[in-house]
Amino acid sequence: MFKLEARPQASKFWSYGSPLLALAITVLIGVALFAALGKDPVKGLQVFFWEPIKSPYALGELMVKATPLLVIALGLAVCFRSNVWNIGAEGQFVIGAVAAGGMALLAGKETSRWIVPVILLAGVLGGMAWAALTALLRDRFNASEILVSLMLVYVADMVLSYLVYGPWKDPNGFNFPQTRTFEAVTQIPRLMTGSRVSVGLLIAIAGAAALWVFLFRTRAGFAQQVGGLAPAAARYAGFSSRKALWVALLTSGGAAGLAGALEVAGPIGQLTPYVPAGYGFAAIIVAFVGRLHPVGMVFSAVLMSMFYIGGELAQSRLGLPKSITGVFQGLLLFSLLACDTLIAYRIQRTVGAK
Amino acid sequence: MSLPRLQLAHITKRYPAVVANSDVSLTVLPGEAHAVLGENGAGKSTLMKIIYGAVKPDEGTVSFNGRPVQIRNPQAARALGISMVFQHFSLFDTLTVAENVWLGLDKSLGLAEVTRRITAKAQEYGLDIDPLRPVHTLGVGEMQRVEIIRALLSNPQLLILDEPTSVLTPQAVEKLFVVLKKLASEGCSILYISHKLHEIRELCTACTVLRGGKVTGVCNPQEESNASLSRLMIGAEPATLEHRTVATGATVLEVKALDLGRESPFGVDLHDVSLSVRAGEVVGIAGVSGNGQRELLFALSGEDTRAANGMVEVSGQPVGRADPAARRALGVHFVPEERLGRGAVPTLGLAHNLMLTRDDAIGRGGWIHLKALEQQAQALIARFHVKAGGPNAAAKSLSGGNLQKFIVGREISANPKLLIVSQPTWGVDVGAAAQIRGEILALRDAGCAVLVVSEELDELFELCDRLHVMARGQLSPSVDRADATVAQIGAWMSGLWHADVQSRLASMAASQQEAADVQA
Repeated sequence: MFKLEARPQASKFWSYGSPLLALAITVLIGVALFAALGKDPVKGLQVFFWEPIKSPYALGELMVKATPLLVIALGLAVCFRSNVWNIGAEGQFVIGAVAAGGMALLAGKETSRWIVPVILLAGVLGGMAWAALTALLRDRFNASEILVSLMLVYVADMVLSYLVYGPWKDPNGFNFPQTRTFEAVTQIPRLMTGSRVSVGLLIAIAGAAALWVFLFRTRAGFAQQVGGLAPAAARYAGFSSRKALWVALLTSGGAAGLAGALEVAGPIGQLTPYVPAGYGFAAIIVAFVGRLHPVGMVFSAVLMSMFYIGGELAQSRLGLPKSITGVFQGLLLFSLLACDTLIAYRIQRTVGAK
Repeated sequence: MSLPRLQLAHITKRYPAVVANSDVSLTVLPGEAHAVLGENGAGKSTLMKIIYGAVKPDEGTVSFNGRPVQIRNPQAARALGISMVFQHFSLFDTLTVAENVWLGLDKSLGLAEVTRRITAKAQEYGLDIDPLRPVHTLGVGEMQRVEIIRALLSNPQLLILDEPTSVLTPQAVEKLFVVLKKLASEGCSILYISHKLHEIRELCTACTVLRGGKVTGVCNPQEESNASLSRLMIGAEPATLEHRTVATGATVLEVKALDLGRESPFGVDLHDVSLSVRAGEVVGIAGVSGNGQRELLFALSGEDTRAANGMVEVSGQPVGRADPAARRALGVHFVPEERLGRGAVPTLGLAHNLMLTRDDAIGRGGWIHLKALEQQAQALIARFHVKAGGPNAAAKSLSGGNLQKFIVGREISANPKLLIVSQPTWGVDVGAAAQIRGEILALRDAGCAVLVVSEELDELFELCDRLHVMARGQLSPSVDRADATVAQIGAWMSGLWHADVQSRLASMAASQQEAADVQA
């Protein structure tokens, strides 16, 4: 028999090994799942892990999807490290997209290229404003940020629906619930021709670097994390918990809003009810699988992006439902949480009673 | 000779990082008060948990009344007749005394029956307690009485007490000892865990000394001296501290009529607290924990900024509303009693923990110079003899004593003008305690004002020039250490420092009524 025994010290090895083991377990269960559904497991795995990287174009698509995931996850990492549980990045993403979309709709034929930074800024501010609602309610009335931020996701969806079904509906759009297509000038600049990868990818990578510096090399980042690790110690040191709350929520709200702006002014190019693609929720998994570490999250964002693309391909190639993406995401998070046990515990073989 | 009540033979218990008990043998006779003496980390608690069935030994045997037994869990221990009073009480605040006791008993008894039995036991042993009072209204000493009564209701043959006096006033300790001696005289064996030598010498007739998980001596403590016992316990005699008179300078800390309502429902209101600490002196605050010390320290450190600005002054500047960082800028440094989670972040390395109160390694724009930070931590580790796995060892990987040395060192090396220390040696082994006290006195000699809050009277008498006592959110006047006696301080701990403080409090409503009558 086996038993779990507490380690004297948290294992460094398993804190990195656990995500890899979790991935392996996810793959194994995935194989079993494909087999159970009567699909060729090899083909299934190929769709998820080989197709997304087999050509430069596929790699580009991988990056297109990884970009918003990474941007949102970076912001969430600040939140989660400060013990602020912002579950509503999806809503902040949507409002960021709405604000950016509204700005893009103002652009006309003569607008200069400088509209792009303004659009991105509008997205950031939109996301921040939405997160500020949560921060305000938590700060002022001690409302649970988990519930408030999650509820606000659905409010944000309603706001978007109201706009695209109502005032912002394209008059020449055959009554489809969508705005008119944004002017070409609002398009986020692409990095190269023949691929949809935009400067958003550079922003995301720069964001990861900035987050690394903030977390590990500045006192403000240190203070931010102490509030999450040991609130009494933060109070003792004089690090304000209110400030930490606002910084966390405004950062993650701003990041999610930025991701929303990059999406609508990038690959989507208009506001539709289908702007919310679950990136805000998937980014929570990205953040945890990446150990809330900027570098780790780069990898986990790419992985999660594979699941998105794999899920889409699985629909067309294997005839599997779209929910396969969600199944894989859930499997990964679930096995990660299970594998994390190994960080604090080790498995000991119990010798039968002598 | 009768059969031994409890016999442990060659008990060994290994944990992944440490051998808690190694070949420990122990014999307790019926009606004997047997002490288990040892420093923190000597393996006392593990041994008791083995006897109480909470931990299984890797090797060795346990016999009870001559029969070898395997105690699988605390229920089995209780069935055998072993009861334990833990250091930390396990009582529900919102329930009454009787309900709390009832929870731990056989369900066949009704609450009324339990209440009757509590009253009977209480009378039998002179343990004054009202079974119908909710536990949150009880003082710590009373809570302990509840725990003891709960233990006694099962008519134990062996009663284990883990550091029972750490929360009691000297008077309450005397009362407890009367009860324990009566129990022993009736044939109940007592296993008494402590590191307080004089208590052991007063109560116990046998003593097993542990050091580093091994038995280093078995003796009759009444035939030993404090010095010989502590030699067995720590392997060397603790350095004695010299206390010389020091010229005091300007007033550094001045607290003026501090009134502060409680922050949490279970807190204590501070009322009219006044004290001053001058440069070059150590002022002590004695008292049983939970009488407002925590609230006072929050108000002094800046963790609580609700006081009026003028109620707390540092070097003449009002700071009642200033945050901890602003107070540190004025030279106020504070060592809190909770090391892990308040004085240090458990999961962070020692170097990073420096940044809670020190900004020597922080450059422009808040940039952290990691090299400088690690060097600073390394220097502290060396200077204060902290046993740690290097400057990046997580705070939680250190033993309590070593972490305390590090935290005290962090605050002392900041060259404070005012050092506030809460429970400087709580849970710290004797050697480290002597070192920490020495550092505090050295700081005082260098002209720092020091305020020490402690439950241990010995420690306060050793360190302080003047003493206050805190009780029920109020602070006594100060008394010079030369004039103070343990009996007097002990009486003050119950709030009796002014002949009429008590009566005044009691008759406040009455006198107000009288005044109204006179006016009418």
